[in-house]
Amino acid sequence: MVTVRLNVNGVAHEGRCEPRKLLADFIREDLGLTGTHVGCEHGICGACTIMFNGEAARSCIMLAVQADGAELMTVEGLMRDGKLHPLQEAFREHHALQCGFCTPGMLITALDLLRTNPSPNDREIREGISAVLCRCTGYQGIVNAVRAAAPILVAGR
Amino acid sequence: MEGTGLGWIGKSVKRVEDARLLTGRGTFIDDHPPVANACHAAIVRSPLAHAKIRGYELSAALALPGVVGAITGEDVARHTKPFSVGVTAPIHYYCAATDRVRFVGEPVAVVVAKNRYIAEDAADLVQVDYEPLPVVVDPERALDADAPVLHEAVGSNLAGNRRLVYGDPDRAFRDADVVVNERFTFPKYASTPIETYGVIARWDLLDGVCTVWSNFMGPFIMHPLTARVLGLPENRLRFIVPADIGGSFGIKSSIYPYIALIALAAKRLGVPVKWIEDRREHLLASSSGTDRVAYREVAARQDGTILGMRFKWLDNVGGYIRSPEPGCSFRPTGNFVGPYRFQHLEVDASVVMTNKSLTGPNRGYACGHLYFETEGMMDRLADRLGLDPVEVRRKNLIQPDQFPYRTPSGGLYDSGDYPAAFDRALELAGYDELRREQATARAAGRYVGIGLALAVDPSVSNMGYVATALDPQFRAKPEYLAKSGAVDSATIKIDPLGRVIAILGTTPQGQGHQTVVSQIVADELGLVPQDVTVVDEMDTFTRVWSISSGTYSSRFGSVGTSAVALAARKLTAKLVDYAAHLMELPAPSLEFRDGAVRLRDGKGPSYSIKDLAGRAHWNTESLPEGMEPGLQATAVFGFTVAKAVDAEDRVNSSNTYGFIAEVMAVEVDPETAAIKILRYVTVHDAGTIINPMIAEGQIYGGALHGLGGALYEELAYDENGQLLTGTFMDYLVPTASEAPQIEIAHVVSPSPLTPLGSKGLGESSSMTVPAVIANAVSDALAPLGIRINELPMTPSKLWKAIDQAQRTPTGVSAPLASGALQPRRGVSEPRESRALRPRAGVSEPRASFSGHPRSDPTSRTSLQ
Ligand code: FES
Ligand code: FES
Repeated sequence: MVTVRLNVNGVAHEGRCEPRKLLADFIREDLGLTGTHVGCEHGICGACTIMFNGEAARSCIMLAVQADGAELMTVEGLMRDGKLHPLQEAFREHHALQCGFCTPGMLITALDLLRTNPSPNDREIREGISAVLCRCTGYQGIVNAVRAAAPILVAGR
Repeated sequence: MEGTGLGWIGKSVKRVEDARLLTGRGTFIDDHPPVANACHAAIVRSPLAHAKIRGYELSAALALPGVVGAITGEDVARHTKPFSVGVTAPIHYYCAATDRVRFVGEPVAVVVAKNRYIAEDAADLVQVDYEPLPVVVDPERALDADAPVLHEAVGSNLAGNRRLVYGDPDRAFRDADVVVNERFTFPKYASTPIETYGVIARWDLLDGVCTVWSNFMGPFIMHPLTARVLGLPENRLRFIVPADIGGSFGIKSSIYPYIALIALAAKRLGVPVKWIEDRREHLLASSSGTDRVAYREVAARQDGTILGMRFKWLDNVGGYIRSPEPGCSFRPTGNFVGPYRFQHLEVDASVVMTNKSLTGPNRGYACGHLYFETEGMMDRLADRLGLDPVEVRRKNLIQPDQFPYRTPSGGLYDSGDYPAAFDRALELAGYDELRREQATARAAGRYVGIGLALAVDPSVSNMGYVATALDPQFRAKPEYLAKSGAVDSATIKIDPLGRVIAILGTTPQGQGHQTVVSQIVADELGLVPQDVTVVDEMDTFTRVWSISSGTYSSRFGSVGTSAVALAARKLTAKLVDYAAHLMELPAPSLEFRDGAVRLRDGKGPSYSIKDLAGRAHWNTESLPEGMEPGLQATAVFGFTVAKAVDAEDRVNSSNTYGFIAEVMAVEVDPETAAIKILRYVTVHDAGTIINPMIAEGQIYGGALHGLGGALYEELAYDENGQLLTGTFMDYLVPTASEAPQIEIAHVVSPSPLTPLGSKGLGESSSMTVPAVIANAVSDALAPLGIRINELPMTPSKLWKAIDQAQRTPTGVSAPLASGALQPRRGVSEPRESRALRPRAGVSEPRASFSGHPRSDPTSRTSLQ
């Protein structure tokens, strides 16, 4: 067993786990943050995407011990003061989710896209979110939501 | 969206589900352990496609610290029964292999440990002694006399065969001016929901109740089947489905063998057991549609009138036939003829077993196959007769004055105006202009093609269709029990302040039932959707349900919404009676309108729903004599047109029937074989649309499923029965970059069979996209003599075909073919044409939602 100390959504956590424990499992089981989903456990579907020291990363192909000392943000950290993040609002407005299983990874990935490219065109949005698989929406609503949220995030900066 | 209190149906109300799903607070099966101290299961699976099991060696696994125990096929054979199957052949399908494995990934043992990591370690330590057997994966090869036989008791790999004859097909073929033949193959693919299967089972040995939580979507016929397998009375087996399911698309209807397996492990080992499937397991051994070999023949007159068709199908169901198969062949029985009028049809359907994984419903269940073939034949017929593919289709369409239309195979199409919907699609796509631009493009050596696809979209399966698989003589036996039905229920309660709780027994997987129900109840009771709380967690102990319950075959938009509307109407009728008593007026002089009981002539006092609810709950003395206290109502809605299959094999296999018309334009790059979608128009008629935003979401998603199957996705096997596409690296799911822009429009022919006029829409374009894109690519490559009769059209397959055609010119349009041999640059982005440019245009068709009639479901057809 090893000790892992990390900061998630602005809150300090400490946990003990086996060195082989996946970060995704640690987040879900040890920290109880079940918003981060696991869809493939081999780094393709993107459902498990979180912010790792400010950049999008797949928590299913990292070990919890690798996150020792790191700052993470999961989908649970998006809301501020009881209000939805503008990207969450846009997802709701544009029907960017159906079952919602890919949604946590999709939100974090879209946030990462808008961080690196604040005003993407549609092709760039599609490319950016192609890191996450969604089987419900056909992606159109997601593209619309990210396009709509981009100027709001820029204005809020 | 402004709350007038009425007219919520037809509005794109934002979803109530979203708040929890956007913030990571969903309740998926793996999120909230419903029982303390659940142990975790790992399933040991066969590495071989076909082998005898000689024995198991568990000692190393059981010795691992943290392991609770294990069960093997021996326990399964001893303590469970095989599942009933949909054919009469002696096929023993248990929840795990007992003496023989018949596909790679078949469960052979379950190891349970205190956590998943240890369980997986222990599963690796289980030794199974196999004696390999010869393997067969191809359905045609499987029927050869010398093919390895999977089930010795059956004696061959044929699970069943039916020859269904409607009308006089032989005469139709004798009388024909032309007969066109083609062989098609359709791939084995699966909609691979991003959330995998999950089962949690707890066995209470004292009261004998087994409780299972799972992301099972129904049909709940599988509940009694599973109870029988486990040797339990049905009222001792409790299925609970959490509120959130991470997608399904038919695939999660096939969890039930795992429910039995995990329940058995929980019973034998005396602990609650949790199993969450991983992606590799899902691709190996969950479920998929069948791969099919089809031989098609169409008989027609010179003018394009179709006289009859012949279908010969070999559906590959894998190592066993698992219910509801052979729905792969028979689910579309009533709509075999699609939207066309011909009366003579022969269907020769063989269901074949091979050493591949098992099959079941996959979005569009069997209809993607059906329309890929039929619509391909329509184009081949047009080509043979030198007619435009539009004309051939128009000539044969069922006409608006023929509804309700009885098909030769027993379907009862409830409403529609197919020519108008088809025209709408052609007009939206600018078909004539597309053709002109295609001619210009072709002259320039470009491979531009236009495809069409028309389909009848069946929703709400009638359970009775499954019996079409059985011989009429078998069904005529006195001991045979006929089957029919399509039923759903809803309960609505009004609280003392006049707000509402609606309780459903459905299992939504992203379809937004809570939102849709809040709209319907708001309209019926004159409230706003926010006043309605919708509870939607299926529990077989507490919900009112039927064996056809579940969220599959696009049921909810049709049968589920009907139950909700009827429950609300029961309540408004009661409120009118109560108010009549309070007002000392005859009930017929009153009506429930805009949230209150009012005088029909509009004058005088009224009682609001809030006022009545308060009085009724707080002062039961105020109720009229004989009135049952409380304000709650349960309605069970069942289609009366869902009848058992008749002696002539005719069956109304679904209950409401929508329509889809699609036009797609593509360009194929002959150097890379890349297919670029230039335009894609889809027009749907699903009757009354309750929430256009949700309806369009279903269309976008369905279309991408169809596109995946047409271009990318295949559960491919080698000749040893090893799966070649066992990860998302090899099994290619379309990403946002592959998703096309879609132009959507609706026409509305309300169903006369449902209180709201609605029909299902959930499978939508998943069933037409394989057809429309295959036809478009065939049209693009017509100058090379290439016709698509096999999916998926992977770049490598298509490139080979193009390369071969270019080496050996077929003589079709030779000048263009040779022109295509020239290296081309910069033509993949067509700029010169407006119509051929990809467009982002959903804005225009959206207008067609406005003001459709909803209150008059009997008005047969009303087009925008
Ligand atoms: S679960 Fe991590 S990428 Fe799929
Ligand atoms: S919303 Fe279901 S997978 Fe994306």
